[in-house]
Order: sequence, then structure tokens, then C-alpha cells
Amino acid sequence: MTQPLLKIENLHARVEDKEILKGIDLTLDHGQVHAIMGPNGSGKSTLANVLAGRPGYQVTEGKIWYRGRDLLAMAPEERAREGLFLAFQYPVEVPGVSNIYFLKAALNAIRKHRGEAEVDAMDFIAVVKDKMKLMEMDEQFLYRAINEGFSGGEKKRNEILQMLVLEPALCILDEIDSGLDIDALKVVARGIEALRSPERGFLMVTHYQRLLDYVRPDVVHVFAAGRIVKSGGPELAKELEAKGYGWIESYREAQVS
Amino acid sequence: MSLPAEILESYHQRSATLAEDNPAWLAGLRHRAMARFTERGFPSPRAEEWKYTNVAAIERKRFPLAAAPGTVDPAWVKDYLLPDCWHLVLIDGHFHSDLSHPALAGDVVFCDMGAALRRHADLLTQGFGQAVDEEHGFIDFNTALFHGGALICLKAGTHLAQPIQILHIQTQEAIAPTRHLIVLEAGSEATVIESFTGRAGGLTAHVTEAVLGRDARLRHFKIQEEHDHAFHFGGLYVRQADGAHCRQVHFALGALLARSEIHHRLARGGEAVLEGIHWADGRRHLDSHTRLVHAEPEGVSRETYKAIAEGRGRSVFQGRIVVEAGAQKTDAVMNNRNLLLSDDAEIDSKPQLEIYADDVKCAHGVTVGQLDENALFYLETRGIDPEAARQLLLYGFVNECIEAVDVEPLRAYLHRRLDSRFNAIELENLP
Repeated sequence: MTQPLLKIENLHARVEDKEILKGIDLTLDHGQVHAIMGPNGSGKSTLANVLAGRPGYQVTEGKIWYRGRDLLAMAPEERAREGLFLAFQYPVEVPGVSNIYFLKAALNAIRKHRGEAEVDAMDFIAVVKDKMKLMEMDEQFLYRAINEGFSGGEKKRNEILQMLVLEPALCILDEIDSGLDIDALKVVARGIEALRSPERGFLMVTHYQRLLDYVRPDVVHVFAAGRIVKSGGPELAKELEAKGYGWIESYREAQVS
Repeated sequence: MSLPAEILESYHQRSATLAEDNPAWLAGLRHRAMARFTERGFPSPRAEEWKYTNVAAIERKRFPLAAAPGTVDPAWVKDYLLPDCWHLVLIDGHFHSDLSHPALAGDVVFCDMGAALRRHADLLTQGFGQAVDEEHGFIDFNTALFHGGALICLKAGTHLAQPIQILHIQTQEAIAPTRHLIVLEAGSEATVIESFTGRAGGLTAHVTEAVLGRDARLRHFKIQEEHDHAFHFGGLYVRQADGAHCRQVHFALGALLARSEIHHRLARGGEAVLEGIHWADGRRHLDSHTRLVHAEPEGVSRETYKAIAEGRGRSVFQGRIVVEAGAQKTDAVMNNRNLLLSDDAEIDSKPQLEIYADDVKCAHGVTVGQLDENALFYLETRGIDPEAARQLLLYGFVNECIEAVDVEPLRAYLHRRLDSRFNAIELENLP
């Protein structure tokens, strides 16, 4: 039997002294798109950051299996080289380092890990330019410092561009839709759709149902207070949109009592 | 005075010989400077302006004066000569005519100091000694003993067609005292690049004076990348007339111990933009002492200095802004951003504002910190290993300054130098 792409078992995690995740169980198979919804502070972004290995996010209990391997034993860069990608909610500005150099360094780090030769400079530029067209990004962005002076929408598109270039196996998108107008959202969704394949998995953290109109999920999980309180198909997102998060809170309270 | 008598005596003899060959005005200056140097020697850390930089190690070296230039392979020198520039090369303080551009005359005078003394005494006296606003042992030493150097003089309204690069090369464990004078008459414009490099640990004892006429514009770059055992004193003193503009960019990347003084005196409506970066790695001690004097109203100054201190390196920044009484509507901003990257490294930052006028805008800020943890994590999540990520952020910190260099051949040169220092990560020039 093949291993699931991602299997999270009873995950508890804390940030500083605060327990945020209180027992998450989630299995994501190859080819699936899972959406994680929930109110602010419910632990959605914490899960995304724990998966990427952000320092300061401490797992106190539970396991995460990534393609059958213990993800928590791997350093952030090793996770990335093994095909895990986190699109940041707040992409970081890196002054003085050009996008093109960064993309190439990242791609080569991953290729080296796989035992592949470094990418040919000219081929690389051609591939990147092609993907920039898809993301409706001007080529000038390649030569600008990473995310420096980019608008919110440009930063998010740049995250998807990196994802398109690095072709990860598991794409984790942390509120990729926040701060995007409808046109930018469509472009970002197009980038995500372009990567969908029977092998690749997606975990999309989002506050709003809007993104899911463009990237249709297979499974929707609803987070509240560090737990998954409900899972279902795409219709769950619609229901949530219609009834609001208050509905989930009452749902949870009913469960507890 | 802690210099041994025989060394001091050799300086005296040389000073006297130089004075004999010089016009009377300069001979007199040399004598007086030598007398002051004999009395006071090099500055001591007891002096406030020198409290972070102790030059006793220079005295202990008992460097002789470089009597003759060392031999250099022209092919090696070419690596340091920038394309599309006029060059003047000084080896151990001695003019090297074969590697230098022939002297220019007419509206633009550009020649070595020897030729200047023979042919352009009128121009020399017009500016010599007028911009130096400091009196201490290194300047006196330089005045008494300078031999090689350059004179750059632009007549009113002249624009220099391409940058001038003056390349200083150290090949001996000896002293190279060099002196340049830049005189830009009203409305003229020039770009001057001073490069300091070498393959031996001697002492550079250099002074540049720049006298800018009304509305003149000078872009000045100083690239200090001397040998790891070298000592460097380099002073740049700029005196600006009304409306004159000067942008000065300073890269301090080399030498064991380097002290730079960059002093500007602004007149009405003048502008000075100062940028600098120190990269104090290994055991390097890099000191920049800047002074911006707003002497008259409506001057603008912008100063941004950055530093990296790692290993056992030490970076010293003393930035002083003086707004004299009557210099109303002065607008001055000074920033100093430092990265302190090891327990054994040290950063000393001392911004000073002296304000004697009441209608001015002056601001300063200093930060000392480590590399951005968020940025490191971001790079790691893209597969880049932590050490390479660290190097990449450092690269970015320096590269920001290089990207701001608006002289293309110099920017390309600095990129090459930077890339070669980051061999831990694969770097190549991308189109």
C-alpha cells in the first residue's frame, strides 16, 4: 500500500507558552486538495508553520508523517528539498538579493539533493519567464530584491511563482488569498491549478470561501480552538460562508456538551 | 612621542629633501607640519576622536618610507583598473606613468602631483590646504612627506567625460604618503574613484582635498580593499561653495586597521550625500569618522553607514553633524545600521549632533542587530541550507550598497569582488 502524502496524528503544538494545536488528525493523499478554514486564532496558520518547521513552534505531542517519513525529524531546508513548500502569509523581504538569484539557488539546492545537475542558466531563465507570464508578472521582478517594495498582491504572486518553479510535492498555502483583489485572486488560483496533478497534494489555509470558487477542494476541514471540528466536501465551505463562523462555535459547544 | 629616533630622523631627512625640490609655499608647509608631527606623533586614543582606534601598532611597525615603487605585473594591475575611466596609478605612493593615462590639460587638468608642482603651481595654491579641517599626526605626516598624488582641476562649467580612477597599490611593508587635490570650479561636474589595494602590509597615509565651487557636483567613491596586514589612514576633506553637491560612497573591505575621515563643509543650499559600508571580518578594525558641517542656511545632508562585524572584527562609526549658528533650514539625516555577528566582534557607533541654529531638521538613528530570523527561515523553506542562507543575507546587506553605485564599471567590479568572497554559495553573474 502506498503511503499517504501527509498524515498528521494527534498533533499538539505550542507557540511560546500558549498551546495552539490541541490534537489534529488529518490525512492528505496524493492528488488531493484540502482546505482548512476557521476563525482567526483557531490554529490554521500554526499548522502551516509547524509543517514547514518554523523555529519557536514547538510540537508537544503527536506525529507527522510525510511520504512515510517522520517530518518532525527533518530540518526546514530538508523538508523543502523533499518537496514540501510553504507559501507564506506574509512573504519576507530580503534586501539586496535578487529574485532570480534566489530562485536559482533554491532550485539548485533541491536538484542537488535529488542528485541532479545544476540547472542550465539559459534554460532556467526561459522556464522562469514562461511561468511569470502565467502569473502576469513583469520580467523586471526577476532583477529586483526579493519581495522588496512589492505590493501585497505582487508578494503573493511571487510565492506562487516560486512554487511553480520548484514544483513541490506538497504545497501548503497559508492565506494566499488574503489581501488580494478579485483579479489577483484569479491569477493566483490559475497558478495553483496549473500545478494540480495526480501526484501533488495541496493544503490551503484560508479564511474565506472565495478562493475555493477557483480552486475546488476535495476536502474541507473546519478548525476551531486548535481542533478540527468538522470535515466534509466543498459544500461545507459554502455552508460555512452562509452561516458564518458563529455556527461552528455553536457546533463545537454542542459537541463538547 | 613613541617613534624611535632613527625612524623619525629618516622622516626628517626625507621631508627636508622634498622641501628643497618644492616651491617655497609648500616647503614652508612641509617644515611646519614636520615640526608638529615631531612634537605630537600619531594621534593617541586619549584624544576623543581617536578613542576607539589605537594606532600604536603602526608605531611599533617602524615602517620606513617607500623610497621607490615595487615591481608589479601589469596584468595583475589590470584586474583593478576599471574600463571606461581615466586612470592614474600610484605604486607605494609613486606615480606609475606606464599604467596611467597621459596627463590632460585645458579645461580639464588631470596629472600626477610631480607634474602639478612643475606646471600647475597656480592651480595647486588655489586649493591646497583649504579643505582640511582637522589637525593631527596623520595629516601633518602626509603634508610633510607626501610624494605622489594627483591633481584634478575642472574649469567653470566643465563636465568630465568619464570617471577618473586613482589606483593606489601597496607592494611593500613601507609607508606610502599620497595627496590629491580636486578643484571643481563653478558648475563643473566630475566623478572620482579612489581605489586602495595591495599585496603587502604597509601603511597608506593619504589625504584628498576637494574644493567645490558654486553649484559644482562631485561624485566620489572610495574603495578600500588593502592587504589583510595593511594599515590605512585616508582622509577626504571637502569644502563646498553655495549650491555645490557631493555624493561620497565608501566601501571599507580590506586592511587590518583602517581609519577614514570624511569631512564636508557645506555652504548655502549645498548638499552632501554620504554612504558607506564596513565589512569587518577576520581581525579587521575599520573606523569611519565623518563630519558634516552645515556652515550656512538651507543645506541638505543624508548619511547612511552600514557595517558588518564578524569573527574578531571591529567596526567604528563616529558621525558628527554640526549645524553652525545661522545655518537655518538645515535638513540633515544620519543613519547607522550594524550587524553584529559573533561574540568576539565589536561595534562602536557614536552619532553626534551639535546644533547651534534653531530652525533645523536633524535626525539620526543607530541600530545594532543580528540577521533577520524571518528571512533566514524564509530562505531555508526554499531548500537553502542555513549557512548558505546566512551568507546570502550578508551578501544582500553588502549588495544593497553596490546596487546604489551609479557608475556601471565600478558596480560591475564590486559585484565581481563580492561574488568572489561568497564562494560558500554558488554565485554567478546572471544576465
